[in-house]
Amino acid sequence: MQNRRMQLDQRRAPIYEALENFRRMRVVPFDVPGHKHGRGNPELTAFLGQQCVGVDVNSMKPLDNLCHPVSVIQEAEELAADAFGAAHAFLMVGGTTSSVQSMVLTACKRGDEIILPRNVHRSVINALVLCGAVPVYVNPEVNQRLGISLGMRREEVAKAIAEHPKAVAVLVNNPTYYGVCSDLRAIVQMAHSAGMLCLADEAHGTHFYFGGGLPVSAMAAGADMAAVSMHKSGGSLTQSSLLLVGPNVHAGYVRQIINLTQTTSGSYLLLSSLDISRRNLALRGRAMFHQVADMAEYARQEINAVGGYYAFGREIMNGNSVFDFDSTKLSVHTRDIGLAGIEVYDILRDEYDIQIEFGDIGNILAYLSMGDRPQELERLVSALAEIRRRYQRDSAGLLSQEYIAPEVVISPQDAFYAEKVSLPLEECVGHVCSEFVMCYPPGIPILAPGERITKEILEHIQYAKEKGCSMTGPEDPEIHRINVLT
Amino acid sequence: MELWFSEFHTPDVQHSIRVTRHLYSKRSEYQQIDILETPEFGRVLTLDGNVMLTERDEFIYDEMITHVPMAVHTGIRDVLVIGAGDGGVVRELTRYDRVERIDLVEMDPMVVEACRTYLPSNACRMDDRRVHIHFENALKFIRRCEAEYDLIIVDSTDPFGPSEGLFTREFYGNCHNALREDGIMVNQQGSPFYAEDAKAMQRSHKNIVKTFPISRVYQAHIPTYAAGYWLFGFASKKYHPIDDLDAQAWSKLNLHTRYYTPRLHIGAFYLPAFLEEMLEEVEE
Repeated sequence: MQNRRMQLDQRRAPIYEALENFRRMRVVPFDVPGHKHGRGNPELTAFLGQQCVGVDVNSMKPLDNLCHPVSVIQEAEELAADAFGAAHAFLMVGGTTSSVQSMVLTACKRGDEIILPRNVHRSVINALVLCGAVPVYVNPEVNQRLGISLGMRREEVAKAIAEHPKAVAVLVNNPTYYGVCSDLRAIVQMAHSAGMLCLADEAHGTHFYFGGGLPVSAMAAGADMAAVSMHKSGGSLTQSSLLLVGPNVHAGYVRQIINLTQTTSGSYLLLSSLDISRRNLALRGRAMFHQVADMAEYARQEINAVGGYYAFGREIMNGNSVFDFDSTKLSVHTRDIGLAGIEVYDILRDEYDIQIEFGDIGNILAYLSMGDRPQELERLVSALAEIRRRYQRDSAGLLSQEYIAPEVVISPQDAFYAEKVSLPLEECVGHVCSEFVMCYPPGIPILAPGERITKEILEHIQYAKEKGCSMTGPEDPEIHRINVLT
Repeated sequence: MELWFSEFHTPDVQHSIRVTRHLYSKRSEYQQIDILETPEFGRVLTLDGNVMLTERDEFIYDEMITHVPMAVHTGIRDVLVIGAGDGGVVRELTRYDRVERIDLVEMDPMVVEACRTYLPSNACRMDDRRVHIHFENALKFIRRCEAEYDLIIVDSTDPFGPSEGLFTREFYGNCHNALREDGIMVNQQGSPFYAEDAKAMQRSHKNIVKTFPISRVYQAHIPTYAAGYWLFGFASKKYHPIDDLDAQAWSKLNLHTRYYTPRLHIGAFYLPAFLEEMLEEVEE
């Protein structure tokens, strides 16, 4: 059933239709790409399929141009804006990283302050390195039992706004990787009354626009911009994404910002996947996500029945730092069976051929989507039951994940470009870091450029390494050394 | 008019059977179910176009998957059968008076319904008072069982369809947990001949070896399965399939069988060299 608020004919998919038409025209290509509908690269064609390489084509009049859309891409963007309830939507081909960065770069200039929770994705702080804005971190509350960062409390946001009245924007995770939502409507109001923009990282919230019983979406809450990972819960191809903007943001300026860093050869595989996925979501999203939420709920019950594990759900809502919870997320707390989440993550893959999204110190996250079936869920639950039986041990000695409030000494940009020296990990205490350190996934920095390195932080890094988290960020791939400011 | 049913055993090999009548064709929630009348093999049950059984040669499969464990462990009373919605395994099991309970877990009620109507020679004992049919996902069913059964028979379809979960380590682990301390698990283990099948067979054998202290493979010759050559897995916590065979006790039961004999029982565990190698490769 089509959502009532949509005005346009969501059965249309203009980019897809133009590509189908283009295929039927049998146009002779004397333009790039050089593989010429795959003929010049038979091995690639055999691997990806003729259908696929045949539409890997260049911008041209009948197919429009992503840098300056005037026909089918423009129509597709209008349909997307309509489907998501936005004033304007931009089709993005550089991952949601590009959406997040365009959002931040639109809102901030060099020296501007931006209010944000510390558990943001690396792409947000990367954007600060690019533009030179200064982060004002709001301490996300931590759930002590689970050891996960939650949302921002309203009082904390109000305090940050009061202390930094010149900040230009407030950025909110909607939701976090674990599905935790802040009180977005209230934060939008606070930001707007202080003359600030409200930006939402909705990398994990595409489905909010199409679900009953799901948390409020950024556009519905009145936020000014939102970065939406269509390739996660939306079902489009990896690296495709959407940037949504509300009525208070000038779309032409956003387009200029996007064009600063965006490729001029936008992939039509990605663009058509966005078009077709948007159509699918608009027409069938509500029913699909209802099913996903039901599957997640079933899995939670079954996993909790196994014992030892805690698959958490909406009961962790507290009206503030967990204002809402995304019930399609399947996160499981593993510490009570004596295993770190990352250990369960590794065992699932190595011994049971089950790949989940990530494991951190205390939890695992299995990503459920419209592509899942009950029989695979049964495998996951049974494997968890087996892991408990085979590996359960005393949980004493397992660290919980504490929130370590960062001390921002200088802006991420100044720190990134400053004179620096590489020091062994254990000698870094007290120095200011010039690079990122994070576990990936989830990609939330433990250290960001410009922050003071403390003993606590180093212990956390050491522990995560020991447990087998894949760490990224520093120049030194082994993370024995960190670059610090001289 | 000529009507033929063909099944691809590999993309380059197909096996065809002449069909006189297409008796049944329905799509269930899980799979496409067909029953064909054929001159050579009698009635044939196919799921998603793969032959599951034919009236002509099902006795080989059903006897070998049932009597081998029954002749080893003479105390088997509680049996769990997974899959096997056609009823052939249940029919063989009900021939033993000592069996007190047969729990049959089949995910697809339509298979049972179709076989009751069109394959009565297989489904004939499904109404035995000892038989309890559960239409449920087997992984889910078995998660809740602990030390309840003496024997588990896993009569699944091939590992590339809806039964994929029945070839996994998590499933075998839960079977181990559902068996008593002298329990046995027997499963259909696929065919070792064609490359794709062989790989799947090795994977499931590896998973079983990691789960059970005793794990041996035995073979039978089944004309309508890929390469006509089929394997079964015998996994157990205590009993060895040959050393603990009680041939005398079994013979005293006077069960008439057409394929299984206690002599063949021993022979079935003697495998060709290439197969021994394949198994050893994953046993380390």
